[in-house]
Formats: sequence, C-alpha cells, structure tokens
Amino acid sequence: MNEYAIQKRKERIKFTIVSVISLCVFFGVWYVCTAVLHLKPDYVLPSPVQVVEAFIQKLTQTNPDGATLFGHIAASLQVALTGYLLGAIVGVPLGIAMAWFRRIDLFVTPLFDLIRPVPTIAWIPLMILWFGIGLGAKAAIIFVSAFVPCVINAYAGIKQTKPVHLWVAQTFGASRREMLFTVAIPTALPLIFTGLRISLGTAWMTLCAAEMLASNKGLGYMIQLNRSLARADLIVVAMLTIGLIGTIFTVGLNALEKKFVKGGRRG
Amino acid sequence: MEHHGGVNKTPIISLDHVSKTYLSVHKTNEVVRDVSLDVQENEFVVLFGPGQCGKTTLINLIAGLQLPTSGEVKVDGKTVTAPGPDRGVVYQTTALFPFCTVMGNVEFGPKSRGVPKKQRRERAQYFIDLVGLQGFEKSFPNRLSGGMRQRVGIARAYANDPKVMLMDEPFGHLDAQTRYMMEEELEKIWQKEKRTVVFVTNNSEEAVYLADRIIILTNTPTRIKHEIKVDLPRPRVYSDPAFLEIRRQIEEICDDTL
Ligand SMILES: Nc1ncnc2c1ncn2[C@@H]1O[C@H](COP(=O)(O)OP(=O)(O)OP(=O)(O)O)[C@@H](O)[C@H]1O
Ligand SMILES: [Mg+2]
Repeated sequence: MNEYAIQKRKERIKFTIVSVISLCVFFGVWYVCTAVLHLKPDYVLPSPVQVVEAFIQKLTQTNPDGATLFGHIAASLQVALTGYLLGAIVGVPLGIAMAWFRRIDLFVTPLFDLIRPVPTIAWIPLMILWFGIGLGAKAAIIFVSAFVPCVINAYAGIKQTKPVHLWVAQTFGASRREMLFTVAIPTALPLIFTGLRISLGTAWMTLCAAEMLASNKGLGYMIQLNRSLARADLIVVAMLTIGLIGTIFTVGLNALEKKFVKGGRRG
Repeated sequence: MEHHGGVNKTPIISLDHVSKTYLSVHKTNEVVRDVSLDVQENEFVVLFGPGQCGKTTLINLIAGLQLPTSGEVKVDGKTVTAPGPDRGVVYQTTALFPFCTVMGNVEFGPKSRGVPKKQRRERAQYFIDLVGLQGFEKSFPNRLSGGMRQRVGIARAYANDPKVMLMDEPFGHLDAQTRYMMEEELEKIWQKEKRTVVFVTNNSEEAVYLADRIIILTNTPTRIKHEIKVDLPRPRVYSDPAFLEIRRQIEEICDDTL
C-alpha cells in the first residue's frame, strides 16, 4: 500500500515534469520563430512576449474592442452557462424519461432523431432571426448544442441498466418508480456525466462560433474584431483564455464526477 | 439428519403442472413442461440439470418474475403473480448493485420496504457479520473477490427476511477452491438461519453436498426426470463412499438417454 503510494507519487511527478517540458518546448519554439527569426510580421504571428504584454494591457484597457478581458470573459460565461445549464436541466431528464417510459420514447425519439443530425451552427441564423443578437439568441444556440449530448448519453445510460438488477429490486418489492431512482439512474450516472462533459465542450466551442457571427462582446467577438484590426496578439490572448477556461471547466466537472460516481465506472 | 416430513404438512412452495413456453416472432420455445414439485418448510432442494435446460426459468417462475403458461405456482398457499419480498433471489456475481456499498446492497431490500434506518442497519449488520464480511461494509463490489461478492448476495437476500431463498447457480463462476469454501459457508449459514432453499446447479458434487433432496431435470423442454433424497449427516464429506455413491447415481441417471 505504502509502496504503491510512493510509486503513484513518482508517476505524478514524472507526469508533471513532462507536461511542463511540453509547454516549455511549445513556447520556446514559438519564441524562436517570432522574436528571434521573425518568420512572419508581428501582426500575423506575434511573439509570446507581445502576447503577454497584450494580455496585461487587456486586463485594464477597453481598447480596441470595447471591453476589458474580464468584460469579455464575463459576457461569454454568462451566455455559455445560461445555455449550458438550461440544456443540461432539460436534456438529462428528457433522456432519462425517453429511456424509461416507452410512450415517451415512441413519441419523442423520431423528432429527436430528426433534429440530432442538424449541426449546431445551422441553428445560428434562425436563432438570430428569433432572438436578435443579444444574450437570447446565443444562449439558445448553446442550449441546442448542450442539449443533444445530454439527451443521448442519459438515454444510453438508462438503457445500460441490467435486467437482473431490476429483477433483484422487484423481488425486494420496489415499485417501478423506486427502481428508476434506486437502480436505473445510479447505473446511468457515469454516462450522464460523460454527457455533461461532452456538452460542456461543445457548448464552449459553439459559443465562440456564435459570438464571431453576431455579438458586440465576448471572447469570440474579441477574436473576430481583432482580426479586422490585424491585432494577432489580442486574438491569441482570447484564444488562450478560451482554452484555459475550457480546461478549468473540465477539471471542475471531473472533480464533481469523482464525488458523485461511486463504485467504479463499470456501468 | 433432517426429517422433513409430516407427509400431510402443507408445502411452502408448490408447483402444480407448471409449463412455460416463450413466444417470439419466429418461433415458440417450450422450456418447461409439466413440472410438479412440492418443497417443505426449511427444506434444501437442489435443481440439477444440464446447461440451458430451463433452470433459471424455473427459478424466475417461483420468484414471480415470469408467469407460467399453464399450471400454477404457489408459495405459502398463495398463487404467485408477481415478485415479492417473501422470495429472495441470489443470482450470479453480476447481480450486486455496483453503485452501492456492501451495506447499501444488503439494506436495499428493507429500505425498499420502508424499514426505519436504525432497524434495517442493525439487521443488515447482523447478516453481514453472519456471512463473514465485517469490516467491508463501506467497500464497493468492484473491490471484492468473487467469493466475497456472493457472500454479499446471500446476505442481501437474507436481510429482506424472505420465507424462501432462490439461488441460481450462485457459485457457478467461482474457482474450485473458493467454491468449496462457499459451499461449506452456505451450509453453516443455512444451519444457523434455516430457510426454505431452492438451489440451482449443474455440479453434482455441489448438489450432493448441500441438498436434502435433488431434483434431476431433463433437457429442454425440461421435465423432472428423477428425484434423490440425500440423508447423509451434515456437514458432508466429499470423499465419503456414500457421498460418491450418490454422485454416481446422479451421473447414471443423467447418462440415460431421455
Ligand atoms: N425471457 C426469455 N424470453 C425468451 N426465451 C427465454 C427467456 N429466458 C430464457 N429463454 C430461453 O429458455 C431456454 C432456457 O433458458 P434458461 O436460462 O431458463 O436455462 P438455464 O438452464 O438457466 O440455462 P443456463 O445453464 O445457461 O443457466 C433458453 O433456450 C433460453 O433462450
Ligand atoms: Mg441459468
């Protein structure tokens, strides 16, 4: 056990070192290509130093895109979280209900199968027509993108319930309703979390697409506007911010999953 | 040394000309044909039959998870129409809830029936101790060995306080050594907490070790081919000549063409 702990720790240290080296190599190559060799003009490919400078400026300045970095982050987060949470709140229960109740399955599944293959960005024009370019349209698009993986995974999770587990519950006198909550949903939980994670990823990606098309604030908008101003340094700042926030989300959701999903991921 | 038997005692389980045919789009599959069987209170009956003959179907018919196509199943005088807490079932290893701890699994039945927490915990703890798993209450099934999982399965069935225990090849997946250990353990538990048991196996050694009475089944559609009473004193010894003689009898009966 102790032996095992030591080995685990060694592995973790190794992993950390390799990760750091990987990032250093990336930034090193980038630095050499730009600041040393000047392969491309600055307005196309800025050096890491310029990006850091732009980042520091952007913490306080609203030039040239109308908001500070935090302003953009807040706008993006508001849209993304509104759409994502709505998608999860509607999608997960719907997926569960579709898998558990035959009638709902029969009624909803054909409709869902029709909507599912429509790419999320195809919804953008219609949503803009309906909701304008404010929070509503973008949240609605994110909603669609988050909703679909939530439904699919919750559905698949409930369908994984083993008949023998339902038999056992039945011999214990559990009603069908009780079986849903004590057997089927716990069985589905790992896949429900998979759905939540996938849809968080798609929601965050869709957000940028939506903001690049129609917006006046947000990280996607920041990228789009600075392209027209040829400010590659600010584009990179926005991109790295998007990546960083996405990573933080994933880490948070993994921690939540660890807390709720017990007894291994073996369905 | 069991004496089951006032002949006129009402049986606790009774199958009366039970048949089961599964219907599907392509074919009808007759699995159980005209099985009649009485099991007395606290009797240990083993259903012994070849693979795929319909043993699980028989267990499910008694459990009420399936209904007979014709005939009647009665438990404790009442016709079986649905599963109920008076019949506990122990399946193969996969039947534990992987998302519940050992305690969660064992108290599942009483919890479903609404037994207050303190009471059901006590009861669950008693059976966890009885099967020798004290200290593992908070472990999840994926951390347990095959033998330990089956102990949990047995404790889980017991904790619901059933009149009848139905066991469907509970040791079928275990290695030989663990299997011997579990047979011995089950016999001890049963001696201490007597219940009526219907136990399915296709291992003649296991059958003779555990049974008061062995019901030998034919291939599908399964019927009762023969019945052997085992009167050897418990705990039985695998190498005892009388033990081996009964095993020989079973094999002889099974070798007989249908
Ligand atoms: N719910 C069901 N619907 C249709 N056919 C079934 C069903 N359950 C079992 N059968 C069929 O009945 C036959 C007997 O199955 P059963 O599981 O009762 O046999 P078994 O003796 O328990 O087999 P095993 O040795 O594999 O445990 C098989 O051919 C099986 O395909
Ligand atoms: Mg079987």
